Amino acid sequence: MKEFLPLIMEALQQDFILRGIVVGSLIAISSSFLGIFLVLKKHSMIGDGLAHVSFATVAIALLLNKSPLIISIPLVILSSFLILKLDEKADIHGDAAIGLISSLAIAVGVLISSISKGFNVDLFSYLFGSILVISKMDLILSIILSIIVILIICIFYNSLFAITYDEEFANVLGINSKFINYLISTLTSITVVLGIRIVGTMLISSMIIFPTVTALQVSNSFNSTILISSIVSIISVIMGTFISYIFNLPTGATIVIINGMFFLLFFLIRKLKNNN
Amino acid sequence: MMNNVITVENLNFSFGKNQILKDISFQVEEGDYLGIVGPNGSGKTTLIKILLGLIGPYEGKIRFNDEIGNKNSIGYVPQGAIKRDRLFPATVEEIVATGLLSQKKGMKFYSKEDYRKVENILKKLGIYGLKNRKIGNLSGGQIQRALLARAMVSKPNILFLDEPTSALDPKIREDFYSILKEINREGVTIILISHDILSIKKYVNKILYLNREIIFYGPYDQFKNSKEIAQYFGITSRD
Repeated sequence: MKEFLPLIMEALQQDFILRGIVVGSLIAISSSFLGIFLVLKKHSMIGDGLAHVSFATVAIALLLNKSPLIISIPLVILSSFLILKLDEKADIHGDAAIGLISSLAIAVGVLISSISKGFNVDLFSYLFGSILVISKMDLILSIILSIIVILIICIFYNSLFAITYDEEFANVLGINSKFINYLISTLTSITVVLGIRIVGTMLISSMIIFPTVTALQVSNSFNSTILISSIVSIISVIMGTFISYIFNLPTGATIVIINGMFFLLFFLIRKLKNNN
Repeated sequence: MMNNVITVENLNFSFGKNQILKDISFQVEEGDYLGIVGPNGSGKTTLIKILLGLIGPYEGKIRFNDEIGNKNSIGYVPQGAIKRDRLFPATVEEIVATGLLSQKKGMKFYSKEDYRKVENILKKLGIYGLKNRKIGNLSGGQIQRALLARAMVSKPNILFLDEPTSALDPKIREDFYSILKEINREGVTIILISHDILSIKKYVNKILYLNREIIFYGPYDQFKNSKEIAQYFGITSRD
């Protein structure tokens, strides 16, 4: 451990590492706040589907030479609405609707990247994430949008909770479940787009799913699940960033593997508790 | 003279070409304990979901007495609620408090007074000790009491229950019906769906026997002596 301390201190001197930790931690909190609703409503795969959509939208942004964040957010939100509409109106189940939209989006992304030579390296950095590409503008936008996502979830927390536990009962209470479902889709879209900078389009859904599923192994209440998943996710981001710096590993993949180790640990704790 | 809490007139409802409810008319009076019975697929759940505003559109008229039965004073225990995900990470207190959300305007945050209301209803239903327990770790009977507490925490005037005891054993079922009877004695109008008339007959004062249309509607004492009860039990008359 002693030998790594100077390397950790060195990492803390790097602007891009600090930017990565700040943005990553904010995304970790947003993902954990959203993750519980998505996982418990069995909508976890929407994060994965929207991440694939964001691959296409980043390709479009690079083709147009625009900021991927600004182009991707509205397009990914629109795609999430399309998934909900297909589920509601076209009698296509949610998982199939996600599959349709995400595979179509990947195809569009691949087509654009094949006809537009020159930005494939940039696009690759969005596939697997790279904290090196986080600009100051990204940092500011990520801070603002993450805070907005967290605030909106806090404001609608009780309605979100009621719908997640029992949508029919929530409707009897007069809660507009359709509005809440669109709200969750919008917030998930924003979080996914922000997260692809750090962990990439291939791995962002793991930031939504892993910390929540990890927390579910030991928590008894809704509040404690959100708290535990946020802490686990932030620790994974910080540890993942330092470990990737020290051992020269890809940051996104390292964060996801640490999340996986936390899950294994919490799963074993639950099993031990049950056996006792 | 009792007030009508709900008046239903000539209600018709179809899914596509499949008519689920045909020409349904009845009134529920204040303080009634109405049992809705009928075979599977007879439209019982559809009827109360229409009354609760969960499905539509329909033909006909439904009127709630604004003073007694406005939407804010309805409690509901849905069908199958007991079988929800056992891993769901929520305490009894968190679940029961959601019953107060219909009374909240704008920002739906709970006050200290709300938590006092939750404690009071838990004490009343004898499950205060379960307040901080995870809902998924409770027995079927305890979950059903918690869901009854969620329905009752807002002090509704009308309580709808859709097959609330179908997953409970006979002893727990009897206890649950006794609690409902007590709630009814306190003045709450109860509308209860059951597929088993024998288990509810000693509690209800009225029966609505439904098989897509009303076969019988009236006091249970009349129903037990009527020819419709033979039809309910599938007994065919020789004459």
